[in-house]
Amino acid sequence: MSKTIIIDPVTRIEGHAKISIYLDDVGEVRTARFHVTEFRGFEQFCVGRPFWEMPAITARICGICPVSHILASARTGDALLAVAIPPAAEQLRRLMNLAQIVQSHALSFFHLSGPDLFMSIATEPGQRNVLGLAAQDPELVRSGIRLRQFGQDLIEALGGRKIHPAWAVPGGVRSGLDAATRTAFSARLPEALATTQVALARFKDLLEPLSAEVASYGRFASLFMGMVAPDGTWEHHGGNLRVVDAQGHILADNVSPDGYAGLFGEASEAWTYLKFPYYTPHGYPEGMYRVGPLARLNVCRSMGTPLADAELSEMRQRANGGPVTASFYYHYARLIEILAGLERIGQLLADGQLEAKNLRADAGVNRFEAVGCSEAPRGTLFHHYKVDEDGLITYVNLIIATGQNNLAMNRTVAQIAARYLRSDRLDHTLLNRVEAGIRAYDPCLSCSTHAVGQAAFELELIGADGTVVDRMVRGK
Amino acid sequence: MSARTLTINQTLVSAREGESVLEAARDAGITIPTLCHLDGLSEVGACRLCLVEVAGSSRLLPACRTTVSEGMQVQTDTPRLQEYRRAIVELLFAERNHVCAVCVASGHCDLQDLALHVGMTHVRYEYLAPSCAVDTSHPRFGIDHNRCVLCTRCVRACDEVEGVHTWDIAGRGVAARVITDLNVPWGEATSCTSCGKCLLACPTGAIFPRGSTVAEVQRDHSSITRIMTARGERW
Ligand code: SF4
Ligand code: SF4
Ligand code: FES
Repeated sequence: MSKTIIIDPVTRIEGHAKISIYLDDVGEVRTARFHVTEFRGFEQFCVGRPFWEMPAITARICGICPVSHILASARTGDALLAVAIPPAAEQLRRLMNLAQIVQSHALSFFHLSGPDLFMSIATEPGQRNVLGLAAQDPELVRSGIRLRQFGQDLIEALGGRKIHPAWAVPGGVRSGLDAATRTAFSARLPEALATTQVALARFKDLLEPLSAEVASYGRFASLFMGMVAPDGTWEHHGGNLRVVDAQGHILADNVSPDGYAGLFGEASEAWTYLKFPYYTPHGYPEGMYRVGPLARLNVCRSMGTPLADAELSEMRQRANGGPVTASFYYHYARLIEILAGLERIGQLLADGQLEAKNLRADAGVNRFEAVGCSEAPRGTLFHHYKVDEDGLITYVNLIIATGQNNLAMNRTVAQIAARYLRSDRLDHTLLNRVEAGIRAYDPCLSCSTHAVGQAAFELELIGADGTVVDRMVRGK
Repeated sequence: MSARTLTINQTLVSAREGESVLEAARDAGITIPTLCHLDGLSEVGACRLCLVEVAGSSRLLPACRTTVSEGMQVQTDTPRLQEYRRAIVELLFAERNHVCAVCVASGHCDLQDLALHVGMTHVRYEYLAPSCAVDTSHPRFGIDHNRCVLCTRCVRACDEVEGVHTWDIAGRGVAARVITDLNVPWGEATSCTSCGKCLLACPTGAIFPRGSTVAEVQRDHSSITRIMTARGERW
């Protein structure tokens, strides 16, 4: 008799989701599916709008990473205008993206995954949230909040508003950053760097005691994709794409965003609205690849800044030199990216051209189709638009990081369940583990930001005949 | 020109002969909400937001189109008027598709300001959700019919200030739309001089500079007034 275990919805990830674990007749884990049930028809909503409005409209997709959509959309707009944007605007956009990476990674590490990492797996689920962590380890949580604040404040200083800054536009940006503001942010950098270094040290201390989790929370071979600079260093905006395999061989390099469609296909499954992108030459589902912090660190040659480079070498040594295939290391990669982000923010803040007046290139509609991409904190984000000769949208496709990690997340859940599921009874520990495994990818599944740890949680064990064998409801 | 004395909200107000109740009230520091009125343009009395109660008249009268008379007694802010105004603003929102969150005029929009002024908290009417087009065929401007309130300020600014009359209204009732020339795309309207006065006159995000992004459109409606004052025209 095969059974299905459903965990619904996963708390502490953005959006609404449901997880099913499928057992075979002898009670072994057969496979796992991470369902996304919410569908907003967003792409249809954009048709008929002037593409100049797309950064702000797409920012509404996601309350937690609007900046990433704004930047990917503005980039796609640049391509429709067929302009090279003013150099200062390019630098300002990069600054914005780095601030976004810092604040989003800080949220993921300290608020969302902190309880998984620093609290005992046996902790009562009601306590296993950032409030519980704050009671246990106030300094860690406090410094994490301040680190996130640094990124958010910088975004606000650039865009004028913390959420939905319609600041990056096709052709450039709307405003620069004056010297006084730059100095003020530079002064806050040492504290932000120190917080990150402390977190890195504490995370590394966990790798030994949590070696079983490292081995079972999504350790498997897959491809990795991310942006790199022309010389192969870590890149987050304006670079080209690289794909490597689990041994570190470069399968595709210097692929422009336009070339994405030539390399990746999108499969659909009836049970989820999330699409399944895969690397076409390897077919579906063998062409599974991962994006996001770990993938970016696996594809790049180096980070390009001293502190982050030292950490990258150390991380690679721990993984015997090759690409890191354990998704538990996403957390590690996130911290290294915060470090790189802060170092680069320091360099950019020292740049006087950020005050330039000319920040927006002016042009008409010169192309009717374009793909733009940007590295969102969670992974590579693509916007693909077609417009008519007046610039009105006729087609939109958005390829988001969570979709690209979809296959890997399913594999991760299956691996965790295979390792930790002991009977056909459910317990909090398994629940916690599955959630923690998913959270390593920091998935963002819809536009809603709901209170940390507050979502209702249901876990069901369903027999082959459809009856509920066991069921757990986690408090509101 | 002789003076007229009237009472507005229990205050004695003196006004010039031929002046509208709206002007007299404003001179006396009394605010009456308006939408289709724009200083410098002729009055059409289309939006009905400026309706006032006049003693002796069973009908409500638009302050912008009602001339002062001796001994007139006017009420501008009774509960009945407040309720009517709120209903009018709600109907305007229900009639087209206003998505302020992604609108180019958000934060600088007369309709938004009105909603705030009349205390609109929600729309009690069913949204019509019509299918409206966006026309960005003009090299410099765009018109989004989703956000048009049919105030005809663009029509009058183009006709009376620029002297061109590119704009007009076609259709009736909820099917009415502003059009350019003989209902051709704006970019093909040969009469248009691209002067931008309709953009200056428009109270909402309906007419916008092409390429605008959210909340970016800020304009000074008083430019129209200044042009007319400079010309020495009296409206
Ligand atoms: S025109 Fe005004 S009311 Fe309508 S969507 Fe735009 S800001 Fe909102
Ligand atoms: S386009 Fe603007 S000015 Fe013209 S009628 Fe519509 S809302 Fe009024
Ligand atoms: S302002 Fe008087 S009717 Fe519109």
